[in-house]
Amino acid sequence: MLERLKEFASEFFVTGDPLIYGADVAIGITMITIVTVLTYFKKWGWLWRNWLTTVDHKKIGIMYIIASIIMLFRGGVDALMMRLQLAMPNMDFLHPEHYNQVFTTHGTIMILFMAMPFMFGLFNVIVPLQIGARDVAFPFLNALSFWLFFLGAMLFNLSFVIGGSPDAGWLSYPPLSELSHSPGVGQNFYIWGIQISGIGSLATGINFLVTIIKMRAPGMRWMKMPMFTWSVFSTCIIILFAFPILTVTLALLFLDRFAGAHFFTLDLGGNPMMYINLIWMWGHPEVYIVVLPAFGVFSEIVSTFSRKKLFGYKSMVFAMLIISFLSFFTWAHHFFTMGSGADVNAFFAVTTMLIAIPTGVKIFNWLFTMYRGRIRMATPMMWTLAFIPCFIVGGMTGVLLSVAPADFQFHNSYFLIAHFHQVLIGGVVFGYFAGLYYWWPKMFGFQLEEKLGKWAFWTWNIGFYVCFMPQYAVGLMGMTRRLSTYGWDTGWWELNFVSTIGAFLMGVGFLFQVAQIADGIRKYKTLKASGDPWDGRTLEWSIPSPAPEYNFAVTPRGDDIDEWWEEKERRAKGIYPPEQPLEPIHMPKNSSIPFIMSVFWFVAGFGFVFGWLWMAILGLAGVGICMIARSFSYDTDYYIPVDEIKRTEASLRGSV
Amino acid sequence: MAQAAAKHGENHAHGHDHGHHDPQEMKILGFWFFLISDVILFSVLFATFIVLRDNSAGGPILSELIKMPGVIAETFILLTSSFTSGLAVLAMNQGKVKQLINWLIVTAVLGASFIALEVYEFVEMVHEGFSYTTSAASGAFFTLVGTHGLHVSLGLIWMIGLMFQLKKRGITDVTRGKINVISLYWHFLDVVWIFLLSIVYLMGVM
Repeated sequence: MLERLKEFASEFFVTGDPLIYGADVAIGITMITIVTVLTYFKKWGWLWRNWLTTVDHKKIGIMYIIASIIMLFRGGVDALMMRLQLAMPNMDFLHPEHYNQVFTTHGTIMILFMAMPFMFGLFNVIVPLQIGARDVAFPFLNALSFWLFFLGAMLFNLSFVIGGSPDAGWLSYPPLSELSHSPGVGQNFYIWGIQISGIGSLATGINFLVTIIKMRAPGMRWMKMPMFTWSVFSTCIIILFAFPILTVTLALLFLDRFAGAHFFTLDLGGNPMMYINLIWMWGHPEVYIVVLPAFGVFSEIVSTFSRKKLFGYKSMVFAMLIISFLSFFTWAHHFFTMGSGADVNAFFAVTTMLIAIPTGVKIFNWLFTMYRGRIRMATPMMWTLAFIPCFIVGGMTGVLLSVAPADFQFHNSYFLIAHFHQVLIGGVVFGYFAGLYYWWPKMFGFQLEEKLGKWAFWTWNIGFYVCFMPQYAVGLMGMTRRLSTYGWDTGWWELNFVSTIGAFLMGVGFLFQVAQIADGIRKYKTLKASGDPWDGRTLEWSIPSPAPEYNFAVTPRGDDIDEWWEEKERRAKGIYPPEQPLEPIHMPKNSSIPFIMSVFWFVAGFGFVFGWLWMAILGLAGVGICMIARSFSYDTDYYIPVDEIKRTEASLRGSV
Repeated sequence: MAQAAAKHGENHAHGHDHGHHDPQEMKILGFWFFLISDVILFSVLFATFIVLRDNSAGGPILSELIKMPGVIAETFILLTSSFTSGLAVLAMNQGKVKQLINWLIVTAVLGASFIALEVYEFVEMVHEGFSYTTSAASGAFFTLVGTHGLHVSLGLIWMIGLMFQLKKRGITDVTRGKINVISLYWHFLDVVWIFLLSIVYLMGVM
């Protein structure tokens, strides 16, 4: 009995690596600390009522962002481990299998569990406020989306200490990801972690499409909508069309592994290229999914901090819609070397290059917005300014890569690695940081001090160039990606060493940000933000910070593109809007079902990962019961009485 | 458009929702978006099937296994169920709860017979050596047709749940919304079946 238990444990838990034991201890201590603190301060009820069961879009947004920053830490540690391994030739820090796991989880986590939730967090916090709505279209579904993402991400992360991490690359190409080549449970963790959170992403896409179409403030016609909301709209269109492809692709891979199908196997008629086509039909649009909202953030910030209307509003909108359309016609540029023939390659090369045009339009519009503006150099604006040269270089190397014949040379080299980190860090991460700094006071009601933020900005930026510029060079010198070590004779070590220094500088930048936030939380009482700390232009700045749970005491109007700015101008001239009577506000009730249902999904996923069918069925049955319970519950909303609104407004506005 | 209504800030007949939005209307729009995502899901399965359908790896070939009479019966049953679900909605619009539930029962029975026939067809194929793991072609076939069958089965469970709600609450704004949504879903499954019939079965035997 004991022997069997031991045998089980040695397979179930990841053993044999001191780094993992260290992580086990760290995870254990963190969990014990959390439980102890919550129990000691009697906060379990508070946590359950205020956060775990909330349907308030602002709180859901904050939870997304917190989860995303934790994942940024994890993905970042992966990155630093890789850079350490590559700092010198013949390093013996990570053995090759471990290295494969680290680069796989780094990529997966950064795109799916860092960029996506950060983006959804900003959607949630800002979109309803910008369009003058009291909530999203489906608040219950919104909470469900968050918990599906969160528990999917946790399932994926569990692979690190239980069962073993996936190691077939962030897109899990077959045949590497097939049972014959990856017999362990790592790939199953990959499939189910992403599948569960992917369902949440699709639901969020639908939710925000309906929110934006149906819940805009009176007077806010399409061409009056704030730019960030436009970017969310175009992103959600891409999500709607791209995520079902991912769902099916992962399901088919799972059927191969679990049920013995032969979609992508090498034997019995399977076709691995089918998978690679499908995954990139989702994967390439995914790149634009994460970058478009960042463009929206930049548009808001450039206009606010230049105190000017955004230049070329309409061209910005069209550029975004064109990008979302074209994003579906570029996927084959990920495998120009696969032998699809010159015609196919030419088509995808041209569509890929075409995307540079609307993107260029946007960049010029931002520059023209700044031209003759009264620019203020606060941290959100600094990140925006840093983005522009970074994205231009990244975009141009992208065009180089899109030249199909040249790509035969660059393919899978460090040149490519440098390119996509340049657009993803320069575009996405810088964008979301800018958004976080910009909307921080709106989310939390206090402002962060800028000093540490500027330190963070400079270390991040300098670190970025030090890290990735050498990678272009070393890529042209022949170093390929996914390489766990190299010899002295290659001549790559100096550049790699410099690159590693840059990566650690970015890590220091992250620490500065953590310090900045910790410092802000410590002194938040003295840093109280007004409703409109940046002299903003759109509706979210017209209400107190943080926004009350019902957002707007009376429904605002949205007749102008920069409605709040125009309103301020009118008020300066002495024209005040007519006083509107308060009415009771209709709000959705909190619900425990999203959390419980997602836990059942987690249970089902865990069962499938280990092939324990009883557990998978138990989990799925729980999911079904939760759905039925929701369908049968009719008592899902309540009203906030006028007296309470008056009290809330008085206390929020009085103290500001 | 909703904007026009919202412009005047007026409340709809459906009561105080989010101030000026009609929740049922939003649910139907949301459901349309869900259906779009389901269209994509099926398109991917169709594409996979079309790419892999000839990869039988020396095993049985689908076109030799298709028995058209069964397929035509399935088609007839499913189309009829779509029609009866339409009659259910008509009954609902006239405010006749009992008739509505009865038509839903007819629809569900037809749906269940469709599933039964499909399962029988699958079992026959497996007996002839065309099982899920035989080849890429067999896997693609069972996954594509089976996903449709799974959709129908889930729709059945959903429909039965709604019948209980109708019994308890009658026709209200909320139950009306739910019935409208499931009828959309049911018609959608019908449309998918037409594609299955054409691409999998008719093109298979031709």
